[in-house]
Amino acid sequence: MVGAGRIGPPPPLPPPKTSAARRQSASRKLLDHMVQIEEKSGVKTGRRDEKPARKKDRSPDSLSGILAKIVLLGLTDAVAAFVLFQLMLSGEWLIFVISLITTFVINWIYLRRGGLPAKYLAPGVIFLLIFQVFVMIFSTYIAFTNYGDGHNSTKADAIASIQLSASERVPDSPQFPTSVLEKGGKYFLLVTTPEGEAKLGGADTPLAIVSPSVSGPTGAATGVEGYSTLDFTTLLAHQQEITALTVPLSENPEDGALKTADGSTSYVYTPKLKYDEAADTFTDTTTGVIYTDNGRGSFAAQDGSALNTGWKVNVGLDNFQRAFTDENLQGPLLKVILWTFAFAILSVATTFALGLFLAITFNKKDLKGQKIYRILMILPYAFPAFLSGLVWSGLLNPEFGFINNALLGGAQIPWLTDPVLSKISVLVVNLWLGYPYMFLVCTGALQSLPEEVDEAARMDGAGVWKIFTAIKLPLLLVSLAPLLISSFAFNFNNFNVIYMLTGGGPRFDGTTFDIGSTDILITMVYKIAFGTGTGRDYGLASALAIIIFIIVAAVSALSFKKTKALEDLN
Amino acid sequence: MSTQKIALSGTMAQANKQGFGRWFATKGWRHLIAIAATIFSIFPLLYVLSAALNPTGTMAGASTMFTEFGLGNFQELFANQERPFGRWFVNTLVIGTITSVATVFLGALAAYAFSRMRFSGRRVGLLTLLLLQMFPQLLTVVAIFLLLNFIGDIIPSLGLGSQLGLIMVYLGGALGVNTYLMYGFFNTVPMSLDESARIDGASHVQVFFRIIMPLVTPILAVVGLLVFIGISSEFVIASVVLTDPESQTLAVGLYSYVAQQRSENWGVFAAGAVLAAVPVMALFLFLQRYITSGLTAGGVKG
Repeated sequence: MVGAGRIGPPPPLPPPKTSAARRQSASRKLLDHMVQIEEKSGVKTGRRDEKPARKKDRSPDSLSGILAKIVLLGLTDAVAAFVLFQLMLSGEWLIFVISLITTFVINWIYLRRGGLPAKYLAPGVIFLLIFQVFVMIFSTYIAFTNYGDGHNSTKADAIASIQLSASERVPDSPQFPTSVLEKGGKYFLLVTTPEGEAKLGGADTPLAIVSPSVSGPTGAATGVEGYSTLDFTTLLAHQQEITALTVPLSENPEDGALKTADGSTSYVYTPKLKYDEAADTFTDTTTGVIYTDNGRGSFAAQDGSALNTGWKVNVGLDNFQRAFTDENLQGPLLKVILWTFAFAILSVATTFALGLFLAITFNKKDLKGQKIYRILMILPYAFPAFLSGLVWSGLLNPEFGFINNALLGGAQIPWLTDPVLSKISVLVVNLWLGYPYMFLVCTGALQSLPEEVDEAARMDGAGVWKIFTAIKLPLLLVSLAPLLISSFAFNFNNFNVIYMLTGGGPRFDGTTFDIGSTDILITMVYKIAFGTGTGRDYGLASALAIIIFIIVAAVSALSFKKTKALEDLN
Repeated sequence: MSTQKIALSGTMAQANKQGFGRWFATKGWRHLIAIAATIFSIFPLLYVLSAALNPTGTMAGASTMFTEFGLGNFQELFANQERPFGRWFVNTLVIGTITSVATVFLGALAAYAFSRMRFSGRRVGLLTLLLLQMFPQLLTVVAIFLLLNFIGDIIPSLGLGSQLGLIMVYLGGALGVNTYLMYGFFNTVPMSLDESARIDGASHVQVFFRIIMPLVTPILAVVGLLVFIGISSEFVIASVVLTDPESQTLAVGLYSYVAQQRSENWGVFAAGAVLAAVPVMALFLFLQRYITSGLTAGGVKG
């Protein structure tokens, strides 16, 4: 590697040993000389730099280069201006300031003289900072909140939403003849009060008196200028949105709201839960139970039962604590962590063993048909990974699968539904996917081993097995160790195979979470965050992701230290 | 003389007798293993091909290989309006191509800086990249989801459901292992080439585009292809970001075919799988040699 490991300012020229190096240093001297001439003669107005190597960073820019720079920077600034404007409109001032600073930094990088490396690095680094570094920090933040279904907004939003959702019909309340109106994709209720007044309101606009443009045969208002009245078929098509529509009677949610079940009559509903602003509590109007802010982002009663809608708060180490103490989660999580390690280690071990064995088998130059074998064998590596799991799930399906049905004559072996067999199946499928890569890599490494070593050992009377274990394998391991480590890191998060083949199943007993025997940490994170079973829990999922971060960091730090040791041995 | 002859013919006879045994000991067993490995490798692929061509269309029907043939599954695949396979295919191609081209470009810019320039923070920068690539983006999928959700409120065309947003997320991983591969390769191009171009009056941009880029095309192709293959198989982030079937990629779409009713939709899924896999596999086999050399060059230190 040229210059790897050099830090800081331009390195001194290495002592010219070879003729090539001499030529190089000569040409550099010539270059410096020319640059100096340029500067002296005033052709170039570049800043004088004390360090000679810096000078070669500057040379006259061509016109097209300047134009390209202006256009690209202009486009970037235009986009930035648009983003800044939008941010200003939505009042995100913190993000606004950060974006503004970023825009200035980008302009500074490209408009100033010098600082050439930054110009080349900036585009990639910006994306890296946002979508790799920032999201890692953001994950950490989420891990300390209760963010998730039912906890995704502010407390004020939660209070309003509780007041609206938990409502019941007022006994003996009058019927309101109703029409459903639509304007701009939103629905409104047009009702006629028992007093004969026509009133219109929507989800965000409380009921207000309007003058109807059309009236039905019974005298009830059915249409208003500027709104379109829904006919029966449209009503049916949008049934869900319309039955969910609640139109507040006034600005005060406690007054109650109108709801319709059929689109032709509506009734007054009042909140079942009454909010007491002074005490910051909700009272159930029927049972009298009082729900108070439990400091965990929910209103909870004395017996611990909480209202469904909560809000986002920081919960400290709660998520981590839950992961390791909650009985619902603790046992399965430990099993998942163990299996994740077992899966990653066994995957590397099996693929490497098979790949190496095949590489040795084929490391004979005069073997006929070698090329054909090789191409056919590495096909699984070329097959898209997400499809492999799905295809194998068809092969291994206990009821209809090819292996049970055709190869084993209708056996009912639970390849994917038995806790132990499913683990073996996952490993076999990952072996199928991974061994061609190891085969290719081992073949390359084997061929680069010096033959003399082999010969020398043979002369000394070592057998084939001895040569392999005492000489070839250690040499191979030295050169392949980094690859094995990255293979481990990859398999540690090998989402596709697990999720596509078994979906993590079969499920564990004794937990409400959708976690199973073949789940690894990353599939568990995905299912907890986006699964359909128990509701989304971003906070817990992020906490688990942080645990993966820590494990991966520790393992790679350890293993890279080990490889350093291996290299030193060599 | 004669005794010698007899002895010679004796060993020859022995050799003939043991010919098969010896052939087996040196080569035959290798063929046996090769055949076993080949069967292990290609049998699932043949299975999916036969299931795609099997007109029964269910998983149970696919348990006899290559007995019936028909293109019904393929027709059904393209006729399904709710699951627009054609769109998925195009989406995957577009997202994969843009991402890989942009990744190669961003990575090459960075590799050029790391390989050709000496600046403070260079070593730290390289080490940081090595460190960051240990943490794949899929670990932060929750944060990415929430971030795009927020971005969508500000700029709807970059938020959840947007392919452009997804591409931006993917570009977050552009620097990393790719830069490392390219950095190693850039270092093999002698500096004297740059310098002579500089003497001839080329600017650093010209050196980059006219001198370096043409010389490192193999590694650019390898990195681009690896990124393309990786992106076309990426499921986690794509499944979270792309919610509308019209905008989904093959990985997300094909999974939705079998997520609920695996055995009923098996034939159609298999047909989709074959079509999705063929281009990638063809590309892979075509560039196989480069990929293998790229793998070993990048992985093995030095």
